[in-house]
Amino acid sequence: MRNENSSHQGGSFYQRDRSWHPPAFTPNYKTSVLRSPQKALLSLGNTISEMTGPVFGHDMLGPLDNDLILNYSQTGEPIGPRIIVHGQVLDEDARPVRGALVEFWQANAGGRYRHKKETYLAAIDPNFGGCGRTITDDEGRYWFRTIKPGPYPWPNGVNDWRPAHIHFSVFGHAFAQRLITQMYFEGDPMIWQCPIVMGIPSREAVERLVAALDREATLPMDTMVYKFDIVLRGRRSTLFENRMEGN
Amino acid sequence: MVQSLRRLRESPSQTAGPYVHIGATPNFSGIGGVYPHDLGSQPLAPEVKGERIAVTGRIFDGSGTPIKDALIEIWQADAQGLYPGQGERRGEADPHFPGWFRQPVDGTTGVYRFETVKPGIVPYFDGRPMAPHITVWIVARGINIGLHTRLYFGDEEAANAADPILARIEHRVRVPTLIATRSEDEAGMPVYTFDIRLQGEGETVFFDI
Repeated sequence: MRNENSSHQGGSFYQRDRSWHPPAFTPNYKTSVLRSPQKALLSLGNTISEMTGPVFGHDMLGPLDNDLILNYSQTGEPIGPRIIVHGQVLDEDARPVRGALVEFWQANAGGRYRHKKETYLAAIDPNFGGCGRTITDDEGRYWFRTIKPGPYPWPNGVNDWRPAHIHFSVFGHAFAQRLITQMYFEGDPMIWQCPIVMGIPSREAVERLVAALDREATLPMDTMVYKFDIVLRGRRSTLFENRMEGN
Repeated sequence: MVQSLRRLRESPSQTAGPYVHIGATPNFSGIGGVYPHDLGSQPLAPEVKGERIAVTGRIFDGSGTPIKDALIEIWQADAQGLYPGQGERRGEADPHFPGWFRQPVDGTTGVYRFETVKPGIVPYFDGRPMAPHITVWIVARGINIGLHTRLYFGDEEAANAADPILARIEHRVRVPTLIATRSEDEAGMPVYTFDIRLQGEGETVFFDI
């Protein structure tokens, strides 16, 4: 299965704007201090090794992969506000990225992850695993159903809390587009107090990670809906590139 | 004023965090029954062509301590130098070879290990051959944006010497940070050891791609 956009396939990707992303060294997020490269990145540009990428077919998905309310249910449904998250995966030219594998993981409604290294006193929910995945359709759209995760404290400052968030991992059409990020929820004051979020240099960039409450899409008497679009790197049209034969 | 280019901005990266395994390798993290297996962790099919190899190593932080919560993905050409998946227009890769693998490092020792085949030579954009290499992508708690590097093979001295990417490294003392050393395990399988240093002395070369 090929997922290329016929008019733009094969072009190299726009330079990643490193001043828009959080830098490697963000000392208020303490773990970054010893895990941040200090030397300049070597500008590689795109070779075929970065302009290619794996393909994930819809046939790998199970019927409950995008339903975190049911995909770990043991005795019933998990506790918490029922939400649907939906959106589009686009590139920087606003073209839909179809066939993109989107994976997500999160804490439960009390802010507790199902993980052996997690020690927060909030209760594990026996019916909540906290992971899911889906693949975008021809318009780049995706959606999944879950419960709204809770905020939780973490050992960074003596009293730091993470805002409620869902982690996202996205594969585009090439390894150069690989991205992991987090989604936050509209109206949460804790976003602006979080050392991880505040590693992002500009308020404008942070706002790109805040999902809007999509009031019109809400299912009456059932589920709230948040809309979260994801933008991956765009790529040049091959019309403008004179690439050697063999690439 | 000028017309707007109407481009969007890439979604900013955020750390994968300490619980990336829940999303990426749930079976490894103890969340069974959601997916039949962890994506990218399945062993190679017996039909895959090429020399079977193992790639192993650890990731060290700036204090020299191995990281125990990282996730590594690798992406590579098949034994003939063709990429599976999408974006390859020079031919059809080995249909049994996925090219992409994902593994957590061991939670106690920090060791990672992939079993794959040795990739073939692929061309640089000007047609010159690039030495066999594997693209390596690392995410973890404390890493705000995924780190790209490349693994080259220590027994490919001639190809490495002609590699256009390695040739661009101004500080030649850093070139060995990208070269895995070959040994053999008890069963005679070639094992390439590739340790990654995030910071400080011997810091691995990371790429802006």
